[in-house]
Amino acid sequence: MKKKEIYLDNAATTPVDSAVLKKMQPYFNKKYGNSSSIHKAGDSARKGLDEARQQISTFLNCLSEEIYFTGGATESNNWLIYGVVDKFWENGGKNKPHIIISSIEHKAIIEPAKYLEEKNLVEVTILPVNKQGIVELDEVKKAIKKNTILVSVMYANSEIGSIQPIKQIGELIKKTNQEIVFHTDAVQAINYLNCNVKYLNVDALSISGHKIYGPKGVGALYLKKGIPIAPLIRGGGQEHGLRSGTENIPGIVGLGEAINLVSKNNKDNNRIKTLRNKLITGIMKDIPNVQLNGTLEYRLPNNIHFSFLGIEGEGILIELSEQGIYVSTGSACASHSLKPSHVLSAIGLSDEESHSSVRFTLGRQTSNNDIDYVLNILIKAVNRLRKISGR
Amino acid sequence: MYSKEVIKHFKNPKNMGFMKDPDGVGEIGNPQCGDILKLYIKVKNNKIKDIKFETLGCAVAIAVSSVITEMAKNKTIEQALELTEENIAEKLGGLPQFKMHCSNLAAQALKKAIKNYRKRDLSR
Repeated sequence: MKKKEIYLDNAATTPVDSAVLKKMQPYFNKKYGNSSSIHKAGDSARKGLDEARQQISTFLNCLSEEIYFTGGATESNNWLIYGVVDKFWENGGKNKPHIIISSIEHKAIIEPAKYLEEKNLVEVTILPVNKQGIVELDEVKKAIKKNTILVSVMYANSEIGSIQPIKQIGELIKKTNQEIVFHTDAVQAINYLNCNVKYLNVDALSISGHKIYGPKGVGALYLKKGIPIAPLIRGGGQEHGLRSGTENIPGIVGLGEAINLVSKNNKDNNRIKTLRNKLITGIMKDIPNVQLNGTLEYRLPNNIHFSFLGIEGEGILIELSEQGIYVSTGSACASHSLKPSHVLSAIGLSDEESHSSVRFTLGRQTSNNDIDYVLNILIKAVNRLRKISGR
Repeated sequence: MYSKEVIKHFKNPKNMGFMKDPDGVGEIGNPQCGDILKLYIKVKNNKIKDIKFETLGCAVAIAVSSVITEMAKNKTIEQALELTEENIAEKLGGLPQFKMHCSNLAAQALKKAIKNYRKRDLSR
């Protein structure tokens, strides 16, 4: 008999929805044309491309020409940072520009910003977050300077699920200086939160396919018309000359359909939240010496993040994995750098608390039975590991 | 991710738990990743007669703790001191490079326990 498998790592990646897969399939070997070709084979590929762009712009409430397809959200984030700064200098910028990011951004924002800072091309301010993992408006206000050209704050954090006040930050920025580009990495938010770019007051927004039951290796960047940006990848001039390379049509079609299904699956969010709360309550009731990291109020409905004091997150992860339950940890032991997660450090967790942390992220596939099963196995795993540690 | 041996020792660790009245104790904390490994030994006629461990750590830290207790048991003090991180890793069917520091941790803890034993022995 096949061993039961329960996947609770949906913030890492999600399975491709069967409807998405079905929609993608013809674009591999039937509608395989190059959308730049003007013959009919090119036409049918282009149709898929156009439809996907339409689906995404409907979801974000923007123009379809404001959607640029990329090779994933890491590319979208890199491009946005490099592209805005590059264009600033290209346009004859004189004094070093200033950019603001938060301390809990994905590495795909932090690393490009640090790289430009090392090259002496920008000044960077890293915003702190409070204990709940939320950027406070006052901090944004204090950080904005005369030479600020870009602010990037993620919509929802991948580790602790904390939801940022993007709408309010956007309002504040626009009130201060209309010229500042405001970007949000919405990768974890798409499934659960309002991503209307006009509501959010954002100029740019990053999307990934594989976090929303779509394919890997495809993403998009929403970029408001008129925002100056230089390309990251140059070549044949696809995507209005801003992102060259023959389009990944099957992937793009999959991304479009995945976004389309997100709006249709909206009702499922409450079910997921109920299951999440059940697991949180169960852990707090049945396992002593635990702490929930982050806030319950401003939290993605599928995110759970606990520290199980006296033991180590990687040990819990491996033990659960042996039993067919897949989770994640912010422990240094699970990272090649041997450093605890920068997000957990940013919310003030001690190394020990990070060390003992485990993240559970639920998804569309998660059932009520799964939660009962996981809680049961988890209690045993924690007890056993605490026996080994003698704590 | 890990070898079958690592998983075997992690799931069914040998010689796990607290020891009453040990002849030597060695505790090593890894400042890098925060693991804490503690070894207790009982020595008779210069041989390690009994050995136990308590470890707060990842799967590999628990596996190396378990395997070093097996390797050190019934060895003379001199033989036990010769155990290296490579010996331990080899016994576990190899470790990923970024986990080699765990096996080093076990070797260090054993050395520390023996040092502690020798100190106590002198003061008797």
